Amino acid sequence: MAFGAIFRKPKNELEKGGRSPEEDVENEVEMTEKCPSCGWESPISELWKHLHVCRCGHCFRISARQRIEYLTDKDSFSELFSGIESKDPIEFPGYAEKLEQVKRNSRELEAVVCGEATIGDERCAIYVMNPYFMMGSMGAAVGEKITRVFEHAQEHSLPVVGCTVSGGARMQEGIISLMQMAKTSGAVKRHSDAGNFYLALLTDPTTGGVTASFAMQGDIIIAEPGAIIGFAGARVVEQTVRKKLPQGFQKAELLLEHGFLDIIVPRIKQRSVISTLLKMHSKG
Amino acid sequence: MDNITEGATKEMTATEKKVSDGKARDKKSRERDKKAVEKVSLEKTPYDFVKGARSKERLTSLDFIKGIFTGFIELHGDRRFADDPAVVGGVAYLGDVPFTVLATEKGRDTRTRIKRNFGAPNPEGYRKSLRLMKQAEKFNRPVVCFVDTSGAFCGIGAEERGQGQAIAENILTLMTLQTPVLSILIGEGGSGGALALAVADEVWMLENAVYSVISPEGCANILWRDPDKAAEAAQDLKLTAEWASALGVVDKIISEKSKDPEKMLKDISELIENWYKGVCAMASDELTQKRYERFRKIGL
Repeated sequence: MAFGAIFRKPKNELEKGGRSPEEDVENEVEMTEKCPSCGWESPISELWKHLHVCRCGHCFRISARQRIEYLTDKDSFSELFSGIESKDPIEFPGYAEKLEQVKRNSRELEAVVCGEATIGDERCAIYVMNPYFMMGSMGAAVGEKITRVFEHAQEHSLPVVGCTVSGGARMQEGIISLMQMAKTSGAVKRHSDAGNFYLALLTDPTTGGVTASFAMQGDIIIAEPGAIIGFAGARVVEQTVRKKLPQGFQKAELLLEHGFLDIIVPRIKQRSVISTLLKMHSKG
Repeated sequence: MDNITEGATKEMTATEKKVSDGKARDKKSRERDKKAVEKVSLEKTPYDFVKGARSKERLTSLDFIKGIFTGFIELHGDRRFADDPAVVGGVAYLGDVPFTVLATEKGRDTRTRIKRNFGAPNPEGYRKSLRLMKQAEKFNRPVVCFVDTSGAFCGIGAEERGQGQAIAENILTLMTLQTPVLSILIGEGGSGGALALAVADEVWMLENAVYSVISPEGCANILWRDPDKAAEAAQDLKLTAEWASALGVVDKIISEKSKDPEKMLKDISELIENWYKGVCAMASDELTQKRYERFRKIGL
């Protein structure tokens, strides 16, 4: 695997842009995070230096804000639609409380952060999903925000860069969450029909209703190494077919082999690859 | 049991001959349907709706197609990989207007259910329907979809051949398909696998059908790690036609009160004809704009 690159220092503006979460600062003793892939206990400070990529190449899950900092030019991101948050449309037992708790813990109102930014000086509309908000699940608010990003981008003839991480539709919003697949797809299609470029970056995990809608609708689909990408959950598939799942099932590498991805790009190279692709598709 | 098997054999020959046939079968299915309607309408709790929608006695998509349209010719295959029997597609007349008809088909007894993979499509099924909806667009034919599936198939091959991508492409294409689309949920409307045929200008739902983002069993399993709490989950998921209508997800609830399924099918065919009269003169831009707005407003 060609992950030696990871140990090179990231481009400095990226690194400077890296914002330590308060938890890290608070703790005097260096915390470590265990890599689920190789088992190495990586010091948090090291992870921050290397865009949260382990020395083995494993990409740790990162919050939407962190990814925005890794991906976009310093201070270029301006947030849009930040006030949109989920309601409890079908009064699902426990959902309102759960939402409150998640909002408090994540300090976010919803599972996606949207805005405008430049990536290598290329202007784009961007949405980044957040695994730390109900596993990036899509309810009415996520659907609305993503729809608005595409509408906004269409209005301003901007390309969209979208980073997905999601457990799928948010079942606590019942059929309303399913409808978000149609709603977002409609916005993607209109944006596309107007000749605009949409690049999707699929990160671990991208599953369910998000895979079956805007994640798979990019003009170009990039994935992070090792990302799980699929429609049904692996456990559900295993239970359904009562067979051992093949090696690498639903991994980005296998999807690439089967023709469902354009390219797998290590985190450290994402900014330059995306910026080049944006440039190649720029209208002006 | 014999009756059902015989009915099923006839169903298969009918499809294979690509013609709608058989008054004898109709009689048998009528008797069966009567029971189904009686059984379902007595039940009340949301989970009973789920069980009713899954019942083998319920009419399947092929019954609807044959009861509503004439001269149905089934068209097979996705031109990419295979023909998926869980998705039925073809052309048929309603009055003197040719329609493209698409459906998920569960089959009605063990044998046909196995053949149809219990109505759980593989990516090929969605790609077949994609091919046929694009064909409909080319020839300006209206599209009617019948949805009855617990969901897209959760299989190794299905995942490897891009189940998510196949559904995503259907939804995307339906969103701006330049021809009128109507979708009718006739039994189980399960998740993305159902939505792949339910993005339409109007979505109708039979009063005893269910439409849900996840099966109650799946929901119970995730929330409480206990699939036996499915009844509770069904309650919480608000998956009945009444709820779908109240939430603006479906436009019309079709009554199943009639004891005579033939009459119900005739009523539906009239409803479809009326719907088509309303949309056939509409410019495709206006049509797709309205379709977009229809889904755009669901949620926040």
